[in-house]
Amino acid sequence: MTALAAPAPPRRRRRSTEGRDAWLLVLPALLPVMLFSVYPLVYGVLLGFTDAEAGLNVETHFNGLDNYTALAGNELFWNSFKIGLIWAFSVTILQFLASLGLALLLNLNLRLRWLARTLALIPWAMPPVIIAIMWQLMLNPNYGPVNRTLESLGLPSSINWLGESAIALPVVIVVGVWAGMPQTTITLLAGLQSVPAELNEAAAIDGATTWRRFWHVTLPALRPIITAITTLDLIWNFNSFALVFVLTAGGPGGTTMLPSLFAYNEAFRYGNFGYAAAMGNVMVILIGAFLFLYLRAQMRSRTS
Amino acid sequence: MTKSMRSPLARPLQYVALLAYMCFLAFPLVFLLTTAFKTDREIRSPDPSFLPQSLNFDNFTAAIERADLFRAAGNSLLTAVTTTVIVTAVSLPAAYALVRFRTKLRAVATGWILLSQVFPFILIIIPLFLLLKNIGLVNTLLGLVLVYAVWALPFALWMLQGYVSAIPVELEEASAVDGAGRFKTLVRIVLPLLAPGLVATSLFTFINSWNEFFFALVLIQDPDMQTLPLALARFVGAEGQVQLGPLAAAALIACLPSLVFFMLIQKRLTAGLLSGAVKG
Repeated sequence: MTALAAPAPPRRRRRSTEGRDAWLLVLPALLPVMLFSVYPLVYGVLLGFTDAEAGLNVETHFNGLDNYTALAGNELFWNSFKIGLIWAFSVTILQFLASLGLALLLNLNLRLRWLARTLALIPWAMPPVIIAIMWQLMLNPNYGPVNRTLESLGLPSSINWLGESAIALPVVIVVGVWAGMPQTTITLLAGLQSVPAELNEAAAIDGATTWRRFWHVTLPALRPIITAITTLDLIWNFNSFALVFVLTAGGPGGTTMLPSLFAYNEAFRYGNFGYAAAMGNVMVILIGAFLFLYLRAQMRSRTS
Repeated sequence: MTKSMRSPLARPLQYVALLAYMCFLAFPLVFLLTTAFKTDREIRSPDPSFLPQSLNFDNFTAAIERADLFRAAGNSLLTAVTTTVIVTAVSLPAAYALVRFRTKLRAVATGWILLSQVFPFILIIIPLFLLLKNIGLVNTLLGLVLVYAVWALPFALWMLQGYVSAIPVELEEASAVDGAGRFKTLVRIVLPLLAPGLVATSLFTFINSWNEFFFALVLIQDPDMQTLPLALARFVGAEGQVQLGPLAAAALIACLPSLVFFMLIQKRLTAGLLSGAVKG
């Protein structure tokens, strides 16, 4: 704080004291971050190479790649990994398409646009646990409005949406799309608003149809934003936990067991810390590799 | 409106699509709202009406009267407020320093924010659990506050940086020329200009801690210490299936702070609150 109170030094001396002042101001933020996030992360990666278990007086040893050879043969884990990929890609792609449609509509000069913009934010304003509770009520087999609507239309109406293994994953994906639409929509809308109107007008004068203008003018201009938001969405969705944990807890029969739920159970239900950390490492490497390839492909097509 | 000279059908179709989106996005919340005011008889009636027959608050009183939910709400409030105060106090000087003194730290901080998004939480939570266990902070709100503060800090820093960069450095230089010390300049010039950004950042921090579930799930096992999302998740698993009305009411109360917050910042959000932070 003394550094703050010091009078502004003359220009010449400023450079040398600046560095010190900066450190003093940043340190209170840096220390806890180092201790409670950088250190645990490094520790966590290392744990993936040990036989750490929960419990008192359990000794931990490095066991090299043992966890990974065990994981390679763990069909349940790979099945969960597959479910995680289906979930993350379906949610991200559907979310993107739905949000792009909504963003295009919100960018038009429609009446009630302000209301639609407010409503579009609702899912963002709700914590995942509440979203899960709300959709459980919606999908309640006996009293939920979804089945009741089907009933009044004379359609099959005793569907246990979250309890049947054949449909649970698609249903959970729809809820995932609902929950994540606002961020994507707002980001795309901001992008649309920064596309120069002159471009579209020029294309219109040249006789381009709405569809061609969208495809050849709007979409290319949006490209960097689309890359950024789909990348983030994919990471968030792949790592998401609370929504599905409360909705189905991975059931029925493990059909919605995302890898984050699987690793959570391994660590805190069965106490295999080392093994669960190894799963975390595998998840990071595979998703990191995918992101690398995706972002590189995006960069290349932009420069060409 | 005169622009739509193309197909005469285009406009109506656009309205239909917009309406469909609005129903999809808003209906679940509207349904939650109406359920919270319905009696159990109405909820289970074979011939349900969409709106409740009368505005009765029985479900809300039932939810509030449950000691566990009430205590959990208190725990959540305490945790979120403490986290917000710490994060704001620590990130304000840090954000200022990162912007005004051009150090490499800024690139490092941004890198860390991005990196911390990629890692699955399982890698962080196991060591954190062990670490907090060693220092006796598992099952305490203090432990939770520490974790929340640390994970909120990078984002708060990132948001605040944007707001600091928006303040012209010339203003500060002018004040220094007038003979004001740096501290005085900060309090008189920078702080008032930063106020809206500071409010937005701290509200954001508050909401994120209020809503957080995963860390609390692992770090809090003592029912007396659980936060509201935890208590609600447990309520769903236990008697929630039978007490649909009180469940809806409790869920509604739990998301009230964030709903109010989002309504308040709604305009700025659509105008690019976050894109402002990115530009920084």
